[in-house]
This record gives sequence, structure tokens and C-alpha cells, in this order.
Amino acid sequence: MELKDLAVALAIGLGTLGPGIGIGLIGKGAMEAIGRNPEAGNQITTTLILGIAFAEAVAIYALVIALIIKFV
Amino acid sequence: MKNLHISVSAEPIFHIGGLKITNSLFMSLLVTFFLVIIAIFVYFQTPKSGKSKKSLLFLFSEMIIEAFYNFFRNIAGEITDRLFPLVITLFLFIIFSNWIGLLPGVGSIGFYEYEGQEIIFVPLFRGPNADLNTTIALALISVGVTQYLSIKNLGIKIYLARFINFKNPIKFFVGILELISEFAKILSFSFRLFGNIFAGEVLLMVMIFLIPVLVPVPFLILEVFVGFIQALVFTMLTTIFVVVATQHHD
Repeated sequence: MELKDLAVALAIGLGTLGPGIGIGLIGKGAMEAIGRNPEAGNQITTTLILGIAFAEAVAIYALVIALIIKFV
Repeated sequence: MKNLHISVSAEPIFHIGGLKITNSLFMSLLVTFFLVIIAIFVYFQTPKSGKSKKSLLFLFSEMIIEAFYNFFRNIAGEITDRLFPLVITLFLFIIFSNWIGLLPGVGSIGFYEYEGQEIIFVPLFRGPNADLNTTIALALISVGVTQYLSIKNLGIKIYLARFINFKNPIKFFVGILELISEFAKILSFSFRLFGNIFAGEVLLMVMIFLIPVLVPVPFLILEVFVGFIQALVFTMLTTIFVVVATQHHD
């Protein structure tokens, strides 16, 4: 097994640990908020999508590094 | 996977003088052309008086733009009117660039050329946001307009006091962090958009390479959704940063 393949796998694998947990926590917060206050559901959903996009961006940084290692 | 021609950078398809015209630059010109044509059509179809019938295209664009305007009014408040042209342009450009990268023919229609001794395949079309140049340009525009509007609304003294603050050591450190954070925003904007769209392209290519029948359909639906979400996130973040940068700190 080449070291490069291992590097690619580790980069993306470890890089999505944090954002995965982060997105789960954001979803949990949003669900609790909607449960407590169903009328604000729309606004909470908007903020939820925004928060998830931020957290996912960090995972995307790891993915970009993995792609650069593999293809460049 | 040896036949997959995945290139992180966009490939040039022809040269004008010394300038390389890449496939994603070509596509972004197509997207711009398409949006300008639609805008001209909608302009010439504006009803002259209040009562005359509105055409379908006009109704459709009115629906989209009004929905957007109300959505942004909730976030931006009083600065909406100044900011809206930029915001809706960013949104429409990014969403159509993302979606045009999903059309059949993008990535597959191309030509062969020699690079040294080997033959490589150069696709003629590539999603505009799958090129880091486009996304860095959009990020620079977004952050640049934020700084400009901040200086215009707050005055240059208050704007500079945000970054260079000698009142106490903590504020000095926070000022330096704010400066670094502005540059980090540029990187963050560009890499978020580039990473999402390029990774989507690679994913679709690999899926179609492995199982060309039926299985790529959920991934195409995912890419349509991701294209919309990334346009929305880019636009919303720009708006939020402008609103935060033009507020008076009390």
C-alpha cells in the first residue's frame, strides 16, 4: 500500500469526524428549539441550514486537501 | 480509475494571445450571457401600465425576486435596498453556474491533445464553480463590497478602529484577529463553494464510471440540492457579514 493512498484516506476520514459531530449537535439544538417553539419553525430552519453549511465547510476543507493529494 | 480524467485545475481549451481561456471560464461566460438575455427579455416585457397582462416569464421572475427580497429583508433590514442588486446577482450567477455543470455533455464532450508524450482528454465544458479562480473571484467581490459598505456607512475612523485598537492589550489582540478573520473569510468563501461543487463533480464522475445506469440519479438530485444550498449560503453569509460590518457598535 502506498503512503499516498493512506494519506488521502486519513485526510478525509479524520477530517470529517469533527464536522460530523458538529452537524449532529446543530441538528439537535434546532430540533429542541422547534419543539419548544413550533411557531418560529421557519426561522429556526433557516438558521439550521446556515449553521450546517458552516460546519460542512470545514469537512469540505479536508476533502479539498484529500483531492489535491490524490490528483496533483 | 485510470481512464477518469479528473483535474483539480480547469484545463485551457484555447489561447487568445497569451491568455488561456479555460473550459470553466467559457462556461461562466455562457451563464453570464444567458442571465443577461433573460434580464433583457424581462425588461422589455414589463407591463407599461398597471392593468396590462404580464407574461409568463415576467410573472416567474417576479415571483422569484419578490420571494428573495422578502427573505433578505428579514435578515438585512434597512440596508436591503442598497445590497439587493449584488445579492440577487450573486445568487443567480452561483445557482445557474452550479446547475449548468450538471447538464449532459459537461465533462464528457471534449477533444484529445498531446501533453509531452501522452494523450490527455480535455473536456470542452466544466462547471464554472469547479474552478478555484471563479470562486476566489466571487469571494473577493463579496468581502471587498463588505469592506466598502462598512467604510461608507461607518466612516473610515470607526472602520480602522475595529482592526487597530490601542485601548488595552486584549482589544489590540482582538483587532489583529479581526484582520486575520477577514482574510480567512475570503479563503472560507472560496473553498466552501469550490469544494462542494468540485467534490460533487468528482462524485458524479466516479458514480457514472462505476454504474452508469440508474444509480447516479440520487447523486444528481443531491447535486441539484447542493447547488441551490451553496448559492443560498454564499448569499446569506455575504448579507450577514455586511449587516454586521455596517452596524454601529454601542
